[in-house]
Amino acid sequence: MSRPKRIRKMNNPPHFKGFKPIGLPEENNPVIINYEEYEAIRLSDFELNGQVEAAQMMGISRPTYARIYESARRKVAQAFVQGKTIVFEGGKVYFDSEWFTCNSCGCWFNHTEKGEAIRHCTLCGSTKVEPYNQPAPSIIQDDFCICPNCGVKKIHLPHTSCNKEVCPECNHLMVRNGILEPTTKKSKNCN
Amino acid sequence: MKIAITSTGNSLESQLDSHFGRCSYFVIYDTETRAVEFIPNPNKDRIEGAGPASVQLIASRGSQKVVSGEFGAKVKAIFDSLKMQLIVLPDPNKRIGEIIELLNHK
Repeated sequence: MSRPKRIRKMNNPPHFKGFKPIGLPEENNPVIINYEEYEAIRLSDFELNGQVEAAQMMGISRPTYARIYESARRKVAQAFVQGKTIVFEGGKVYFDSEWFTCNSCGCWFNHTEKGEAIRHCTLCGSTKVEPYNQPAPSIIQDDFCICPNCGVKKIHLPHTSCNKEVCPECNHLMVRNGILEPTTKKSKNCN
Repeated sequence: MKIAITSTGNSLESQLDSHFGRCSYFVIYDTETRAVEFIPNPNKDRIEGAGPASVQLIASRGSQKVVSGEFGAKVKAIFDSLKMQLIVLPDPNKRIGEIIELLNHK
């Protein structure tokens, strides 16, 4: 059995069901765009986020995001070229909302309608509200290249092997952060 | 608009219940008519799924906002898809009467 799909996080779903081409007879073979694909197009092409940030916003990995985004663009292109109807439907998503905190009564509340701006607290009506920012989960937080000789850390760049990186301090070849510690522990136990 | 508040008792003097799914009473407050209704929570002693069952109960009463001390992980996603607003009050000593007064400020 394959690994289950991660649930994608998204803002509000589109408030309409799809698109129809002008001047063509009704067709019963529409292109179905998932909500996650709609969200990928929204994040990349409307809000102009980079793929890494967009992937973090949806709570998925960057390669997964790229796959969803590519499939979305192909479907849009197919609909444009062949004059097909687009229907928004399905997808493994959950709807997330922004949270706000009120400095007057100390409550937190979320905001379900993204279209309207929040000006006053829903509970006490005061205007001392501000967005409540949870620390965003970072994918590359503990990814370091580390020098086994002098212990200098350098942020690991994706798609470049750590053992080809050269330490800026002592010109020794570097290793991946997680790899260094278990191997040293193992050799100690053996002795 | 109807607002649901979780309560530990069935009077305006009782305090806010900090557990959404297993609270003792739900208070449904109508901001237009200012009517207050107390509903005992039938899901209080459920082994599993108290949260989703409670969501169903208050959604069937037509409330659009929920005030409680804490919400579980299962419940949050359901509220988001029902477009109901969650209000988290971290202060458990607030009385139901005080919360209703706060809601009247608008």
